[in-house]
Amino acid sequence: MTKSLTLPDTERDHVSGSVKGAIKLLEYGDYECPFCADAQPIVKEIQRRLGDDLLFAFRHFPLINIHPHSEHAAEAAEAAGAQENFWGMHDLLFENQNALEDQDLVAYAGELSLDETRLIREVTSSVYALRIREDFKSGVRGGVNGTPTFFINGERYDGPRDVGYFLKALSKQTVEK
Amino acid sequence: MIPQTNVYRSVLGAGTQAPEFTLQCTPDQTVSLNKFRGRPVVLAFYPADFSPVCGDQMALYNEMLNEFQELEAELVGLSVDGAWCHAAFAKQNKLHFPLLADFEPKGAVARSYGVYDEKEGTCERALFVIDRDGVIRWSYVSPIGVNPGANGILSALEDLQTKSETTDAAK
Repeated sequence: MTKSLTLPDTERDHVSGSVKGAIKLLEYGDYECPFCADAQPIVKEIQRRLGDDLLFAFRHFPLINIHPHSEHAAEAAEAAGAQENFWGMHDLLFENQNALEDQDLVAYAGELSLDETRLIREVTSSVYALRIREDFKSGVRGGVNGTPTFFINGERYDGPRDVGYFLKALSKQTVEK
Repeated sequence: MIPQTNVYRSVLGAGTQAPEFTLQCTPDQTVSLNKFRGRPVVLAFYPADFSPVCGDQMALYNEMLNEFQELEAELVGLSVDGAWCHAAFAKQNKLHFPLLADFEPKGAVARSYGVYDEKEGTCERALFVIDRDGVIRWSYVSPIGVNPGANGILSALEDLQTKSETTDAAK
């Protein structure tokens, strides 16, 4: 039960990499969380090194009281996803973590050649709020206790956020398989 | 020196009547446990305001007040910090639930629940779910540096709800 919550769901989640990848990495994150932004290049490097062996998924875990921009940022990523560019927005949000006002979100939509009007309308009317809350709740039930939290093939990874340690934990999973 | 294991051995467990208390929740207000009688209450003891892990733990619970409310439960945080310190901590983290000051005599409530760390002079990182009759139904002590998250609390509250529905149906 817990295990299925902490595995990427290719029907529902935003996934990147190969669906057939043996290694499944799931991140719960918050676009305004500095530790998540720090983890971003690590995830990128892991994706680069593992290529098609990896399926990566991201779920939202915004702490909106301490990170007042995190909810609209998550909405913007979802709204971009509705226009087929979740990952483009995801990257821009982490790269520009200190500029997450609504007008910044509009600018990022422009940069990605998305329909800016549609995006900001969806963001400000909280079209994706329920889905984001679903992500959050699944995280709580799966054992997320802060951001970022990573799950490797369904198991929470509590080791150091460092490419070497991550790869070691990820490759251990491949060997065991 | 007191061996640390003693601390864990004395933690009040399921089936125990929750010890009553009255503590300051703001510099000029107090709250008593019996005020919550009739609905479940979650007591979250934590070592100190402003220490990094508790920040995360309380910030997490703060985002989950709707879920607790759906389960008809109240949440309170407790530490040995004073009411003014709690006020500053709550303001900084925009916390929307009460923090109680187990401050004078220091740690008395934590002691009565068996979660006072004599060596550090702080509360353990401990969770109690108390039912609507004031009986402890679930307790958990987390290693001091580990944020226990909220899954255990939600499961315990859901169990309570299932049980109370069964009891109500039997009436």
